[in-house]
Amino acid sequence: MNKGKVINKPLEARKASPLLVSVSAVILGMLAGCILILVIGKNPITGYSKLFMGALSNKRKIGATIGLSTQLIFAGLSFSFAYKTGLFNIGGSGQMLVGGITCSLLAHMLPAGIPRPIYLVIIILAAILAGGLWGFISGFLKAKFNVHEVVSCIMLNWIAYWICYDFIPRFIIDPSIAVKSAPIANERTLRSGIFTALFGKTTTANLGFLLAIAAVVLIWFILNKTTLGFNLKAVGANRYCAEYAGIKVTKSIIISMAISGALCGLAGLSFYCGYSNIMEMGKMPSEGFDGIAVSLLGNATPVGSLVAGLFFGVLKNGKLSLAAIGIPTELADTIIAIIIYFAATNVLFRNFWDGLFKKSFERQEEYFSLAVKGEKTMDQVTPEERKALIKQGKELAKAKKEVK
Amino acid sequence: MSHVIEMIGIRKEFPGIVANDNITLQVEEGEIHAILGENGAGKSTLMSILFGLYHADRGVIKVRGKEVDIKSPNDAFDLGIGMVHQHFQLVHNFTVAENIILGKEGSFVYDIKTASRKIKEISEKYGLAIEPDMVIEDITVGMQQRVEILKMLYRDADILIFDEPTGVLTPQEIEELMQIMKNLIKEGKSIILITHKLDEIKQVADRCTVIRRGKYIGVVDVKTTSVDEMAAMMVGRPVSFKVEKKPPVLKDTVLEISHLSVKNAKGVLGVKDFSLSVRGGEIVGVAGVDGNGQSELIEAITGLRKIESGSVILCGNDITHMSIQQRNELGLGHIPEDRQKRGLVLSAPLTTNMVIKEFYKPRFGKGGILQTKEIEEYTEAIINKFDVRSGEGKDSLAGKLSGGNQQKAIIGREVTAEPELLIAVQPTRGLDVGAIEFIHKQLVEQRDKGKAVLLVSFELDEIFNLSDRIAVINAGRLIDIVDTKDTDVNSVGLMMAGIKKEEK
Repeated sequence: MNKGKVINKPLEARKASPLLVSVSAVILGMLAGCILILVIGKNPITGYSKLFMGALSNKRKIGATIGLSTQLIFAGLSFSFAYKTGLFNIGGSGQMLVGGITCSLLAHMLPAGIPRPIYLVIIILAAILAGGLWGFISGFLKAKFNVHEVVSCIMLNWIAYWICYDFIPRFIIDPSIAVKSAPIANERTLRSGIFTALFGKTTTANLGFLLAIAAVVLIWFILNKTTLGFNLKAVGANRYCAEYAGIKVTKSIIISMAISGALCGLAGLSFYCGYSNIMEMGKMPSEGFDGIAVSLLGNATPVGSLVAGLFFGVLKNGKLSLAAIGIPTELADTIIAIIIYFAATNVLFRNFWDGLFKKSFERQEEYFSLAVKGEKTMDQVTPEERKALIKQGKELAKAKKEVK
Repeated sequence: MSHVIEMIGIRKEFPGIVANDNITLQVEEGEIHAILGENGAGKSTLMSILFGLYHADRGVIKVRGKEVDIKSPNDAFDLGIGMVHQHFQLVHNFTVAENIILGKEGSFVYDIKTASRKIKEISEKYGLAIEPDMVIEDITVGMQQRVEILKMLYRDADILIFDEPTGVLTPQEIEELMQIMKNLIKEGKSIILITHKLDEIKQVADRCTVIRRGKYIGVVDVKTTSVDEMAAMMVGRPVSFKVEKKPPVLKDTVLEISHLSVKNAKGVLGVKDFSLSVRGGEIVGVAGVDGNGQSELIEAITGLRKIESGSVILCGNDITHMSIQQRNELGLGHIPEDRQKRGLVLSAPLTTNMVIKEFYKPRFGKGGILQTKEIEEYTEAIINKFDVRSGEGKDSLAGKLSGGNQQKAIIGREVTAEPELLIAVQPTRGLDVGAIEFIHKQLVEQRDKGKAVLLVSFELDEIFNLSDRIAVINAGRLIDIVDTKDTDVNSVGLMMAGIKKEEK
């Protein structure tokens, strides 16, 4: 059975995998970074080693990288989920802000004496509900009034921004620095003994990271194994067919946006009550937008978002060390931007690799038919025979060339 | 006469499918040479090889007796080969002249005046009736096709390939196209016509090469070969254009539409006070000219469109205001008009498509978890039973299937769900004889099983072939319901124009 399968399986040129495409984007982005570093007269190898050492060389630095990555993973996951269900959630920043402000208010205002596990459950649920509500509004506007989610998301970003601008001074201001909220007590953040034991006392790594990994698994499961995921993906792929099949399209859109928003709400929780413990007035978190890049580099899959989120975390954390050898940290941002650019134009890489694979496949076919004199086709023999015949054909071709 | 094109022993493989297997094509100078084959038989692949879009795995191409290697469409152009594609390749807000010189502008500052003059000359020579300064978006589909032809002539092509040229045209436009083809031949051009429509071949072609499932079957002289013979060569067995069916065995009423009014997309009533009932064991055909409320009627029955007034009763249940899912569960099956927009998720595999209506049921989605194995087995059963041909079986993306196989998959899904009422809207549009025969058989089988079938078609042949009763719709109103055996094409035609018997 198995042997027959090998022979019957249609032969074709290899196709570029999403991983290969993403890795090429990263490598090209870093090569472009090399050129930039050379232009300012520095050594790119020391530059990159500084960058990676700065992010990963010791426990403390790894902890900081994880702390930075957590939000990026959540935001990337949020964008990926929306993307898989046919929606473009560009409202991550606003959803982060509402998640963050809700949890910050609760951190300051919940009565003391609530046991920590119960407190944690409360703020996690609050972040999910607040972010989910923000996503829900966009989904509702799209489903009922056909308002494009990009438009409503951008508007809601600013609504969240101004709500925070008002709520921070109104409820939780730090009297000594009038543009920031008062710091949240450590036991009211997601920071935890598990992480301080691993990465040092002041680490920014927090329970949010574990939440993010759980979310990656959960979202993967929902998308690939459940009827809910089937439903949402069907609407994303062809809403007319979904409607015809009896799926409630409007409901699906709302659910998708709410789940996507909830994930960014969690990003807000891990950012403002974990990585940091304050909120600043008049600051839109860039992680909401970075999530789009994370998702694109990760091929809009949950696991891809996890890996790409960690990678961006490395770059973001490592860039701080670049300044030490006189390379401006803006350069790291530029490299990140170039990688994003390449990730976004991944069609180019796919075509490039597919073309390359096709050429090599055609050459193999040519050698093969030379060896069997056109009497057999490649799928009529076993893989071992095929390999041998291709080799034989290659030598024949070489001999022919030499004769000429 | 000499051969302008010779393709000998052409072979081309795609993942899982040998699209062309040792095909030979010889086109003589100054003839219209038809290539006949079912959808997916490999006609388009063969032409794409000739036009340089694909490279053959094996075989020889000769143009005017000289062996050539065509690597790209540009090589084909240089050899004087031009192709009029099924889907036009025109820039919509450009003028005719701008479209035609696109890619051939010459120097940086292009000379549109000389080009326009040349275009006008060509247009007059071949009777194309195209003005160079007309804008594409303002002209009809038939004219756009003529612009495509002009584009080829402008580039001095003398071997023209027409890929399914009549699919998008009205009967009158088809007539004009046939005339243009004859003009082209008169001026010494050679034409390759790819089609699966036998009557068109009979009308214009001189010779015809038949291919079936990627294999060369033969070449025939069109004048001395009957349509039946060619159809048999194409399908591989004798084809009956008449549908065999027994007299109906009527059961209880399945669908009862009374005084139905529905608004159309413009917000005015598209269906007005429409009443119709369909019983188990019969096929009722809705005849009418396109755009007379058929789509609105079907959308109202299936739940895709809101009902303004009146009621729809399915198997005794009032479904007037029910959700689509509830209607499906009560036994409604629907083969939609637009199989690619409504019928399938093209970017998803067949497994997804086959359970898209039922994925939530315990059988496929127990406790909210997809039962992958059950879904795969179910899909494979449909693929086997309904002969859905695809490269990678159940994992094939729906969009990669040929039109006929897409429709077979949809019918397989709908019939397997065992509906009490099966609604089929234009079920054979754009399909070849073999697929049409298969689909007609399926509809009749449902009727013989005692199910109700409601058929909407713009082709009167189809209506007459299949229906036990014919309901004629005009401007959203039911004109009359007649027994098929008591009427003829002429009187139904009159009713379609809105003229009722008594008023004659």
